[in-house]
Order: sequence, then C-alpha cells, then structure tokens
Amino acid sequence: MSLSSSINILVPVGALGLGVKESDVFARVSDADAIACDAGSTDSGPAYLATGKAKYSRDSIKHDLSILMRAQAKAGIPLLIGSCGTSGGDQALEWTRDIALEIAQEHGLHPRIALLYSEQLPELMAKKAEAGRVTPLAPMKDSDPALFRTCDHIVALMGPEPYIAALEAGADIVLGGRSTDSAVLAAVPLMRGAGQGVAWHAGKIAECGSLCTTHPREGGVMIHVGRDDFTVEPLGPDNQCTVETIAAHMLYENSDPFLLQEPGCTLDVTQAIYEAVDQRSVRVTGSKLVAQPYTMKLEGASGCGYQTIMLVGIQDREVLANLDRFMAQMRDVLVTRVHANMGERAGEFDISLRAYGWNAVCGEQLDAQTAPPREVGLLLVVTAATQEVATQIAKTCNPWFFHLPLNPCQELPSYAFPFSPAEVERGQVYEFKLNHVVHVDDPMELVRTVFISAKEKADA
Amino acid sequence: MLKVSEVCRHVRSKNAGPFWITLDLWFPDRATFDRYSSSQAFQPAAIGALYGIDPTQIKCFPVPDLCVLKISYPRVRAQGGVMERDMHGGQQYVRLLDVML
Repeated sequence: MSLSSSINILVPVGALGLGVKESDVFARVSDADAIACDAGSTDSGPAYLATGKAKYSRDSIKHDLSILMRAQAKAGIPLLIGSCGTSGGDQALEWTRDIALEIAQEHGLHPRIALLYSEQLPELMAKKAEAGRVTPLAPMKDSDPALFRTCDHIVALMGPEPYIAALEAGADIVLGGRSTDSAVLAAVPLMRGAGQGVAWHAGKIAECGSLCTTHPREGGVMIHVGRDDFTVEPLGPDNQCTVETIAAHMLYENSDPFLLQEPGCTLDVTQAIYEAVDQRSVRVTGSKLVAQPYTMKLEGASGCGYQTIMLVGIQDREVLANLDRFMAQMRDVLVTRVHANMGERAGEFDISLRAYGWNAVCGEQLDAQTAPPREVGLLLVVTAATQEVATQIAKTCNPWFFHLPLNPCQELPSYAFPFSPAEVERGQVYEFKLNHVVHVDDPMELVRTVFISAKEKADA
Repeated sequence: MLKVSEVCRHVRSKNAGPFWITLDLWFPDRATFDRYSSSQAFQPAAIGALYGIDPTQIKCFPVPDLCVLKISYPRVRAQGGVMERDMHGGQQYVRLLDVML
C-alpha cells in the first residue's frame, strides 16, 4: 500500500475519564485521521477485573466520552477506545457502551458502534493450558490448568486486528475490551499502510497522552505516523515534547526499555533515533518490528477473603519510643484474645498491624537508631473468610486495640480513634492470578465483535 | 563514598504490570552515568539483597542516551493481595536512596 502522507492520530488523554480538554480536541480534530485512547490498566489493582467495576466515576467517563463522540461526529473520523471500564472485561465494556448510548441519545448522534469482547471463560483457558497453548511469563514458571479455574474473570489483551476489522466493516466508534494500549493507537496507522515498527512505537509513546510531554497533566498529543518515521506533538499550544520526554517514555511501566512484547510481534527500539523537529515536536526513526507467533497476554483475578479495618492515632511518647515492642505485644494480645473468645469460629484469619508514620509502607524492622515519630496512625487489617467473621474479629480486638498499655501495670490509655463505630468493613480482597500468554491461530479467535446502532437503541 | 540520592538527579519506581517493579535511576550527565551506573551496588546480587529477591530474576538495562539505569525485579507478591502495602510500587525506590556508591 502506498502512503502519500502521514496518518494522524489524536490521542486526547492518557486514560478516558482522566479529563479530556474539549478546546484542544476540537481545535485539532480536523487534522486527525482518527481519535484513539485507552480506558483501562491493571495498575490500580485486581479489584477492577475481579468485580467488573470501573475505577473512574461514571460522570468522569461520560464527560470525556461525550467530547470525543461529538468530535468524532463533527470530523467524521473513527473513534477507538481500548480497555473500556478499567479492566476491559465484558461487564465493564457494556457499562461503557451504555454511557455511549446515553450520550448519543442526548446529543442526537447516530454512530455505528462496534463492541469488541475479549473476556474469556476460565474453563476455556484451563483447556488451552491443558492443550499446551498457554505459556507462563516470568516470574511464573508453569501453567497449571487449575490456576485458570480459580479466576473469577479472565481477559485476553487484543492486538490491533479486531479494531481494524471493525473499522473495515463500517464502525464509526470501536469500544474495545482489554487491549494493549499501543494496539489501540497503532490500529488506524497499520490499517492505512504506515510502517509497522513506527506505528507500534508511536502507539507506545503516546499511550499515556501527555505523559510524554513537559507538562504531563496537560491533556493529549497528536502522533503523525509515516512509512519510516513518526512525529509526536502536544495538543496544547503551550506544551512541549522534547527528545528526552519522548525517549524516556519507553522506560515508563516497562520492565524492558528496548523490547516491547505485543500480540504477534516484538517492538525493538534499540536503534531508534529521536530528533527535535522544532520547539514542541519530536521525530522518531529506526523503530523495528520483529514478527512473533501470535499470542495474547492473559490477566486473571479473583476474590480471596474479606477485610475489616480499624485506625487509631497514637501520640503517647512512651509508646512511640518503644513502638516495635508495643506492636509485637499488641499483636500477641489480639491474636490470643481472638482464639480465646471465638475459637474455631474465627477460622483461618490474619491480623496485620501497620504503623503509618513509622514502617507501614516497607513493613520491615527499622534501624534501632531511628528517632521515634511524633505520631503514628496504627492501622489494624483483619482478613478472614467472610465479611461477618472479619468484623467479629475486629470487634473482638476492639478493647485492646484502643486501650492496650505499653507496660502491664500502667493505667489504661485511650488512643485517638477517629470513627464511631470504630470498625470499617472494607469488602473483599482480590488477587491477580495470571501472568501468561495464550497462543491463538488467528487474532480474532478469542474475540467477539458485536455491532450496535445508537439510533435503534435510542428509539427502543 | 556518596549516596545514590547524592549521585542521581532523580530516582523512581513503579509497577511494570502486576508482577514486576521497575526502578529508573537518572544520572545528571554522561560522565556521572559512566562512572556510577555499573557500581557493585546496582548489580543483581546487591539489588537482590536489598529487596529480598532472587538475583537471577533481576534485569538491569543501562540506557546511556538518557543517562538512565533501569533495574526491574519481580514482586515478592503479586500486586494487590492481602498483604499489599504499595499498590503502584511507587515508593519502592526509597530504600535505594541511602545506598553508598
């Protein structure tokens, strides 16, 4: 395919819901061939995949999506959103779909919307593992099929192919389930004949919007992808991309700054050259793509117990001067009391004491010479099999968590607790279970595409 | 002998997916990068001891064009479980700051 000019992708924001700037988008949308961004990540933890709920509020998503859908309609160019609803699971995708339909109705828009589903049945992935079609990624060492069956939800990260297929079938808007961030941005350049290495590299650099600029909170960027090069410029007129801000984005949240594994390929930027075009944009050449067997990364999560927490503030100077001893004593007293009062009803449980202001973040013994803090927030985290038991354990701990003296013969202190009731039910705890790739014969094998018409839904 | 915090102009840490943490150490210039980036303190044995990680799993990437040393290591526990204390891994760089070079 010949490429007469660059393919321009407007990346309005690093993640849908973070805050799209309407004036920036409408000022530049007429220069763009497509609008693309992602709406998800694993970075905020496993709860979003395990529950299907989104990290950002519905109003934040609606605010951003409304601007993008109106810009899409005005310019008549495709809008691609990847990893909808944080996890990109089916429930999260449909939550985003419903917001999009509401926006369409409110603004009289009639886009043809494609939904790309990439959630996988745990049993199907267990079968893939049994068939030797799943490979673990370090630090995991095996692909025990039983592990897949323990997951409440599993998603497979899509490449650009399902987006391209949806656009070729006439979609105006593609709302994708879990996808690699780069794939969503690279899809239209790849479809229109841009160079493969530069398309993927541009997608990676722009995936977090203005994080690759000098003002990382200032909206988005535009990527101009050609046959052998790409250029990145910020959307905001006062923002800048520099050689360092662009090149340094390969470091961000990547374990390897030179090689990026994507579905069906490895992006190799070892030989990439970054040059300033002017005060605000950077040109990149030398990005290489190496074809690989087609695999999709799997993410899986499930619930594992429930937590109830209590918080107390301590300024008592004698306690603070002996904090490690105090916490060890308290833990013994609390665990003993739970066993004595609840017996087997407590089941398997964990009591974790974390002194914020001392060593809660590192969780390790500090140097004996460390000066005592002026105050600490002591957090009690109870984990048990059910919420009810976790709360009963916390309530059993209550008297001594709030009134345990440092030394046995002292009068009972009252530490500063901020809430009544004192205990806070935190809900379920979730875990990531998978760090694997599944081998597929075709990029569409594990993807279901559904077309909907905003008009029909609005009329229904 | 200088501390990492005295040699580097910026040090940061972040998750690289739910199973890895990555550290980026920014040196102020190429000469400082050349002098310190291959220090013993940044070798897998020392990093493994500091973070309680099997040294054979640790990956180090010098990025001379940016005067950056990148070090990636697997998390002891996957992100977000019962014992999570740093969901984004964003505070894990701090223990590097006082290491002597």
